[in-house]
Amino acid sequence: MRTSLKLSLLLASLVGIIALFLLFEIDLSQDYMIHKRSIRLASMLVVGVSVGFSSLVFQTLSQNRILTPAIMGYESIFILFQTVIVFIYGDKTFQVITEQNNFFYAVLLMMGFSLLMYLFMFRRSKLGMLYLLLSGIVMGTLFQTFSQFMQILIDPNEFTVIQNFMFVSFSKMNTKLLSIASITLLATLIYASFYIKYLDVIALGRDHAINLGLNYQGLVRRFMLVISLLVSVSTALVGPITFLGILVCNLTYELFPNRKHPAMLTVCCLISCLCLVAGQFLIEHIFQFSTTVSIVINFIGGLYFLYLLWSTRKKIT
Amino acid sequence: MVDSQKDYLTFQDIHKHYGEKIVLNAISAEIAHGKITSLIGPNGAGKSTLLAILSRLLKQDGGKVSFFDKNIGSYKGQDLAKKLAILRQSNHLDLKLTVEDLVSFGRFPYSQGRLSSEDKEAVQNAIRFTELESLADAYLDELSGGQRQRAFISMIIAQDTDYILLDEPLNNLDMKHSVHVMKTLRRLVDELGKTVILVIHEINFAAQYSDFIIALKNGEIVQHDKTNQIIQSNVLRDIFEIDFDIIDRNDKLICNYFNL
Ligand SMILES: Nc1ncnc2c1ncn2[C@@H]1O[C@H](COP(=O)(O)OP(=O)(O)O)[C@@H](O)[C@H]1O
Ligand SMILES: [Mg+2]
Repeated sequence: MRTSLKLSLLLASLVGIIALFLLFEIDLSQDYMIHKRSIRLASMLVVGVSVGFSSLVFQTLSQNRILTPAIMGYESIFILFQTVIVFIYGDKTFQVITEQNNFFYAVLLMMGFSLLMYLFMFRRSKLGMLYLLLSGIVMGTLFQTFSQFMQILIDPNEFTVIQNFMFVSFSKMNTKLLSIASITLLATLIYASFYIKYLDVIALGRDHAINLGLNYQGLVRRFMLVISLLVSVSTALVGPITFLGILVCNLTYELFPNRKHPAMLTVCCLISCLCLVAGQFLIEHIFQFSTTVSIVINFIGGLYFLYLLWSTRKKIT
Repeated sequence: MVDSQKDYLTFQDIHKHYGEKIVLNAISAEIAHGKITSLIGPNGAGKSTLLAILSRLLKQDGGKVSFFDKNIGSYKGQDLAKKLAILRQSNHLDLKLTVEDLVSFGRFPYSQGRLSSEDKEAVQNAIRFTELESLADAYLDELSGGQRQRAFISMIIAQDTDYILLDEPLNNLDMKHSVHVMKTLRRLVDELGKTVILVIHEINFAAQYSDFIIALKNGEIVQHDKTNQIIQSNVLRDIFEIDFDIIDRNDKLICNYFNL
């Protein structure tokens, strides 16, 4: 089969780039070097899987190819949370609150937020997905404005603490945080695995899904919970990484057009990891850390996004 | 109704409104079991809304739908999906799916995604039933509107339910395929004992193929009777507010309203 060939090629290139990342110009006398690289690698894989999985599921739920969970305001609530903490504690932030606790609070907050939004939307009206998305945009913008307002009031020195959260970087990785994040990821994936078989049907839309016997509302709620957990994992680890999701989902659709979710999710996570590791490798060895992986990925992802808009526009007219 | 047979799908006092606008105004009826019932009426009469409520896709604001003596809302989704199928009016999908993939989804209530050989046979039968064999491997987005509509009907047939609800299934179909779909539905009812409820715009298809007709107007049921009782020029004029000339040819009633 051509599909299995493509899959093996993908897997081989991921293994190749991982080996390259770990071993390139390695100085074996300094064993801390490979240790540090493995931690960076592990965090990239955790983030890659989280972003790939959550974005693909989100696009399936919203029946849309150009959205990511970022539109629901998850990332802006994260930034707002960090801004508020720094606003209160200033440069003593991490003496008052450990990074692990910070992670926990951020995750809880994002989950609570997504649940609240969901309950609010589906209790008050039966308007469905579109309104969930729209209210997500509105709330996201609101949080962003709050954050910006507080950031103006904050001492510029303290502002750099927040900035640290706002830009993706795999260099600042923290081992303890990584293990918590990995456990969260694993538990979420196990939970999600019970419901993956429904995704193909959910992709047909609400009416067909209900006709075929799915508890659509319940499933959407479960998947929104999964998405918020995964977004929390990746955001808390490395900050917002919006365009990666759009990029990897659409590469998945293009490479494997026959939409069967178990396979697509696997591919999407692989591509996502591949992009991150390759990007980080380029940054470390070609750009000599002069830029960050988020800038590169958002640049490439942004261009791809424009291309997507352009090509769908042509299809509609 | 007229038959002594038990009616398994009934609705009482169904009420639905959007804001101030009343879309269905406390309507009640029984759907004849093992028959074809057509819903007719002008645009905006509430036909699609009623069909969606009967199939639990939409919640009514008042009243009750019962199916085999149970409230339709109290069924487990998967169980109901083996007994009642619904196809809504517009079916647009932006997915890379082949016709066969789509029809296979009809088996989901039985297979939960893992097709048994029985399921595969049901899929092939449904594809044959709708004459889509030559298009089985074609992608949906490469088909004409009518072909795509037939693929969706094929999915509903693969679902193999006793009750089949269709909202304007003849949309986009050419004459040949409209006739073919209606004959298929007739066979499902006559040979397999299924019950079909469908919204139809072309009155002549309703006249030729249905056993009963329910006419809706402004959210009320204005007529519900055997087909021949409805296909009368005065009755139809009241419903649609245009003139009808009813032609009786070989015991078949044909409506001319095109240019009177
Ligand atoms: N989601 C909705 N919001 C507001 N009004 C609606 C909605 N859906 C249907 N309506 C209104 O309800 C009425 C009946 O619609 P519908 O059942 O689709 O009519 P039909 O299928 O008979 O043409 C129409 O006037 C329509 O405008
Ligand atoms: Mg309608």
